[in-house]
Amino acid sequence: MSKDPQSPDYNPADDPKVVTAEEAVREGDIPNELPPETKTITFHQRLERNATLLLAASFAVVTVGGAVEIAPLFWLENTIEEVEGMRPYSPLELAGRDIYIREGCYTCHSQMIRPMRDEVERYGHYSLAAESMYDHPFQWGSKRTGPDLARVGGRYSDEWQVDHLTDPQSVVPESIMPKYAFLADTEIDSTHIGELVETHAMVGVPYTEEMIAAAEADFRVQTDPWGDIDGLLERYPGAQVRNFDGLSATTEMDALIAYLQMVGTLVDFSTFTPDDSR
Amino acid sequence: MSDRKEIDEATGTETTGHDWDGIKELNTPLPRWWLWTFYATVVWGVIYTILFPAWPMVSGATVGLLGYSTRAEVAAEVERVALSNAELTESLATIDLGVLEENAALHDFAVAAGASVFRNHCSQCHGAGAAGVQAGGYPNLLDDDWLWGGQIEDIAITVRHGIRNEEDAGARFSEMPAFEGILTDEEIAATAAFVRGLSGLDHDAALASDGAELFAQNCTACHGEDGRGDRELGAPNLADAIWLRGGRQEDIERQLRTPRHGVMPPWGDRLGEAQIRAVAAYVHGLGGGERQVAAPVDDAEAEAAAEVPPASYPAGAEPTPAEAGEPPVEPVETD
Repeated sequence: MSKDPQSPDYNPADDPKVVTAEEAVREGDIPNELPPETKTITFHQRLERNATLLLAASFAVVTVGGAVEIAPLFWLENTIEEVEGMRPYSPLELAGRDIYIREGCYTCHSQMIRPMRDEVERYGHYSLAAESMYDHPFQWGSKRTGPDLARVGGRYSDEWQVDHLTDPQSVVPESIMPKYAFLADTEIDSTHIGELVETHAMVGVPYTEEMIAAAEADFRVQTDPWGDIDGLLERYPGAQVRNFDGLSATTEMDALIAYLQMVGTLVDFSTFTPDDSR
Repeated sequence: MSDRKEIDEATGTETTGHDWDGIKELNTPLPRWWLWTFYATVVWGVIYTILFPAWPMVSGATVGLLGYSTRAEVAAEVERVALSNAELTESLATIDLGVLEENAALHDFAVAAGASVFRNHCSQCHGAGAAGVQAGGYPNLLDDDWLWGGQIEDIAITVRHGIRNEEDAGARFSEMPAFEGILTDEEIAATAAFVRGLSGLDHDAALASDGAELFAQNCTACHGEDGRGDRELGAPNLADAIWLRGGRQEDIERQLRTPRHGVMPPWGDRLGEAQIRAVAAYVHGLGGGERQVAAPVDDAEAEAAAEVPPASYPAGAEPTPAEAGEPPVEPVETD
């Protein structure tokens, strides 16, 4: 006999504080008997009736999920393969990337070539984790209303990019992409470009002090093929230096095209050997 | 307190025993098939993690008994398709393009493959139907007016290295100087008028006669004395009716002042030799492809060759209704 309702030996008839249904009928009392399954609702009952305990236990469960799914990514050596050629984005490319995000390009264009034959034949080598390692946030996207852009760099001429962004239907009549002609009308102020680079450094992109200090100059010189570009090329090997939009000012069009022409071109695939363990 | 089961009379189903002011809850059991399917998926889940890569370990995930790899699979898939065409692809990559058309099977393969390459990589600039975009200066590939040559080999070189790009040192390259500041506005207008005259368009004759001298001094080095262009330099033929960037007086003046130059990316590294040759064969077959000629022809011969013979049915074909003397078909009146 036990007075603990959760004990297998518990019998409410023995509990003086409990009025069973039979007793209630017999004595005209109000029944306060616990339902018969009480003894089977044991541990969980305690959790559900104690908010602090429930919170602690929920947290423990979520921790297990996180530990299994997220934590290994930080220690597995093969999460991000080492590849040749990846570098942080140049200030102009970074500004272009911000315009890409601002205009919501990712809502229609993915940047993720999946390892499948049809995608590889259409777009090029499948995307590697290393190719988005300086992306904050990454631009993988999840919907392809337009084509994937993970390897769009170098695929079209600057002139085409200008024509296409200005009026997509002028070159691809069946396109449903909106017009972005206003990008050519908006000059970019380079004052805050150093802070943009610094912010990315803060979240883990390996920009050096020198890169941050030179950000504004690098930003301006990348659209000026006649400028002093040695420093830029040393800091950002392979950066493309051109007047991307053909206009004299450095516009948002310049920045966006500089970014697009770089996307997917950095990794040197001649030195890449796929790790077959994935 | 007991294990007694309370059976609901109306449904014959056990209740949970909960009782809230007389309202009870049925404890309908899960269907057996559902329950067993559920157990089976649990078992399968366990088997799956054993067979396939699953659990994270210290330096990588467990590889699984089957040794499956996404990357190996895609590589094998690409390899499988490449092997199925290996013979044709290899022949195409090595054949002398001048005689490709004589090998009908290989030529058919090249054109079919090239059509697919074209749709994926070329149509964005040159248009899905290869007619180009005149407003943007993207050349029409259907006609026989070629900037850099229209034989298969010429087209293949253009595709492989591209035009005026920075990536490929072998890219075709030429740039017309900007005559803004070199020539006065009047001189530019006169030259443009002369150029319109070259291809027989309406033009101000007085202006054009001034332009003739200017053209001879400034333009003939690339475009030739007769304005027929030079494919070595990618200098367009100015004497035909095809205009890459418009043939109006103001279009030509604009191009003289600040010439725009088309850029084409190099495709050598992206496509590989077989695909380049395939798309060259496809473009060559669109209508304007040229064949190797033994020797250059003189002008009289060229004119004779350019004369279009009257349209006729091939020999042996049935006579047309008109030839057979049948009365013309009257249109039927409808309301």
